[in-house]
Amino acid sequence: MKITINVNGQHRRFDVEPHILLLNLIRDEMNLTGTKYGCGIGECGACTVLLDGEAVLACMMLAVDADGHRVDTVEGLSDGNKLHPIQQAYLDEGAVQCGFCTPGFIMSTKALLDKSPNPNEAEIREYLNGNICRCTGYVNIIKAVQSAAAKMKG
Amino acid sequence: MDINKHNTHILHRFEYYTPVTVTEAVKLLEELGSEATILAGGTDLIVKMKDGSERPRHVINIKQIPSLRGVNETPEGLWIGSLTKISELEKSKVIKEKLSVLYEAVRVIGSVQVRNLATVGGNICNASPAADSAIAFLALDAVAEITGPNGERKVLFGEFFTGPGRTVLKEGELLTGVTVPREVYNWKGHWARVARASMDIATISLAATAKMDSDVVNEIRLAWGTVAPTPMRTKDVEDYLCGKKLEQNIIEEAAILAASSIKPRDSGRSSGPYKRKVAKGFIREALTKFAEA
Repeated sequence: MKITINVNGQHRRFDVEPHILLLNLIRDEMNLTGTKYGCGIGECGACTVLLDGEAVLACMMLAVDADGHRVDTVEGLSDGNKLHPIQQAYLDEGAVQCGFCTPGFIMSTKALLDKSPNPNEAEIREYLNGNICRCTGYVNIIKAVQSAAAKMKG
Repeated sequence: MDINKHNTHILHRFEYYTPVTVTEAVKLLEELGSEATILAGGTDLIVKMKDGSERPRHVINIKQIPSLRGVNETPEGLWIGSLTKISELEKSKVIKEKLSVLYEAVRVIGSVQVRNLATVGGNICNASPAADSAIAFLALDAVAEITGPNGERKVLFGEFFTGPGRTVLKEGELLTGVTVPREVYNWKGHWARVARASMDIATISLAATAKMDSDVVNEIRLAWGTVAPTPMRTKDVEDYLCGKKLEQNIIEEAAILAASSIKPRDSGRSSGPYKRKVAKGFIREALTKFAEA
């Protein structure tokens, strides 16, 4: 099936079979390997991407269902070598250890801050409860979200 | 769930269909029979296809049918299309302001990412005894709207579930929407749920709605999740409470009655005796709240 997806602002055409997951299209065809395959059952959030601005799980969607939509992955955030304020905040606050969950967390954070530029801690914790981190214990992740929110407000 | 036992990120090949009208979808369902599965949000089906517990030969993706989506006020009440995403229910002003039980129920389904994909129809039709939206609809006496080869029919939520994973839907039939009757708008509501962690499937849940005449119960509905093979109402407790003033001894009597009326399994996500204790607490909480002005 021929589909067109706006990937990180660029219209791209693909010819995919219906059983291909969006995650596999992103990783194997687009070569955007920032988005991770984690649990595969919708619990961990490592495959989080934005579909028309909303956080969704790329491992739970058929690629053909993204036809005509916009998909944003972690690779689309930085401006050349200049990191997005959310990415910079995750680094500055030590919110990254092994890094496997980080792209998912960053995309969920992006969706949150786009909707709610100044979230309190409870809101952040609730919004990010679909992303699991087995290293950091979440404290620095919360700090990173708060610091990114402050920076993005200018 | 056997995590990663058979799980793979590669789905088996299937025949794929994308009907754009309900008529077309029903025709496909009828023609393809039991080897066909409906794909809506995919958050349940795709997991089952990954672990191999479902290997449908035909997948009918109903996401391209616009008439199945939306939250609209009608003369009868609030119509919710089966393809409406759970996150869209969270955003509905009518639901937040007038149907608090439903609002509270849909807010705890999965995570943000899951709610942005999962649909109301999927949550209902998978017929889990724990399905949060289904329990709220049961407490709101909602009506399921079904279209099949022989036309349309309506089924009360109390009669919709026939067993774990089973509903009254016959081969060729599609759930098109749910209507919450206008009579229950602004009834008092209470939602209670126990789960191990925030994203978990409920261990036990209660959706309670009541029409109160100051502290006297005019009408009440108590719908439970994960205490029986299907979402269930405790009609005996409802009957007992009707017309009663919610005083301490009445509340206590109702709590004891509820604990004996639910039908939990002894094993599972938690034990039967535990659930009966929690059920008592839930009833005390709900009725105490309803008794307040």
